[in-house]
Amino acid sequence: MKTVDARGLSCPEPVIMTKNALAGKESSYTILVDNVTAKENVTRFATHQGYQVSCKEDGEDFVLTVRK
Amino acid sequence: MNEKMKKETPLIIAAGVIIGIIAVALVYFGNPANMGFCIACFLRDTTGALGFHSAAAVQYIRPEIVGLVLGACILSLVNKEFKPRGGSAPVTRFIIGAFVMIGCLMFLGCPFRMILRLAGGDFNALFGIIGFAAGILLGVVFLKRGYTLKRSYKMQPVEGGLFPVVWVAVLVLLVAAPVFIHFTEPEGGPGAKHAAIAISLIAGLVVGALAQKTRLCMVGGIRDAVLFREWKLLFGFLAILVAAFVGNLILGYFHPGFAGQPIAHTDGLWNALGMALAGFGCVLLGGCPLRQLVLAGEGNTDSAITVFGLMAGAAIAHNFGLASSGEGPTANGKIAVIIGFAVLAVIAVINSRRKEA
Repeated sequence: MKTVDARGLSCPEPVIMTKNALAGKESSYTILVDNVTAKENVTRFATHQGYQVSCKEDGEDFVLTVRK
Repeated sequence: MNEKMKKETPLIIAAGVIIGIIAVALVYFGNPANMGFCIACFLRDTTGALGFHSAAAVQYIRPEIVGLVLGACILSLVNKEFKPRGGSAPVTRFIIGAFVMIGCLMFLGCPFRMILRLAGGDFNALFGIIGFAAGILLGVVFLKRGYTLKRSYKMQPVEGGLFPVVWVAVLVLLVAAPVFIHFTEPEGGPGAKHAAIAISLIAGLVVGALAQKTRLCMVGGIRDAVLFREWKLLFGFLAILVAAFVGNLILGYFHPGFAGQPIAHTDGLWNALGMALAGFGCVLLGGCPLRQLVLAGEGNTDSAITVFGLMAGAAIAHNFGLASSGEGPTANGKIAVIIGFAVLAVIAVINSRRKEA
């Protein structure tokens, strides 16, 4: 499972990092973000690319699990 | 999550319609023509009222700005989205902000007013939109090459809260109107045209809250459509345009043409180049001037610094004779826009060194 740490970054950067990571065609990814806008944007992008996204809060951060 | 996502587009379209209507209503209540909202113009007017520039025609503390910041701040507190953060290249952001303002004052409006100008029949704004889109595409090239101003960090609550407090203080200065605050004389220029304080403030609060909720951003629409084929933000942009256009038609404010448009000039090339600089800079900043105000209201101190940069840019633009007028751009302004492209290009290149992921 590949992890993308986009904490502290504001959009569009977390989405660009997610897009680049998804190009690696792995079966699942963990994306770390720390703001609601990034969480929404990454979720929207990955969902539109045909992935399932689940979200878990970890203190100040959001841990997004992205699976095909 | 999916249900929420399905509602996003209708929500931003509804917000855009409301914002477009409010913008036209503000003109009805006294704001300058095609300037229900203009973040660049309003920050410039406020900067002048505080005495940081002395262009007598454009000095007034615009309550819309106060409302935008506080509307975003209050809703983010309610939503639990108020998060004090900062530390992502503040000086760089300040400088980019200053040049974004110089680009906006070459065109005579921020991206928000660009839409409102078009909705009022000011076809000079078409050149602005062409330049704006080109500037965004230039920024996207750097985003694809890995441009980043690096991450922000969590800050203390007081650090995130200071910016909204500053705007409350500015509002107090407007209401108290001490002698050291400058106001454009009646009939003395755009600064003299404004809706009543309460109307402007409420309009700002509503639009600030809607923009916080929907993440509305004028630059994000074109950027995300190009980068990710995501259209949500672009729908907000278009909804404002359509609603303001219909509102202008109803109230008889729609006057199509190029010549004699309110607070505008007809130099197509420099209208385009000014907005290209603004579009490029906004992509490097991660959002348009409106979005920077909203983010600053949510506790983002990098955006707060950017807003101060925009205000410094406004002071520089008027003190150095860079801002355009109805007669057209100035020679100094053209030089400043060219310098702006050079500075932003250097910033973009230096911060785009690709790192292996």
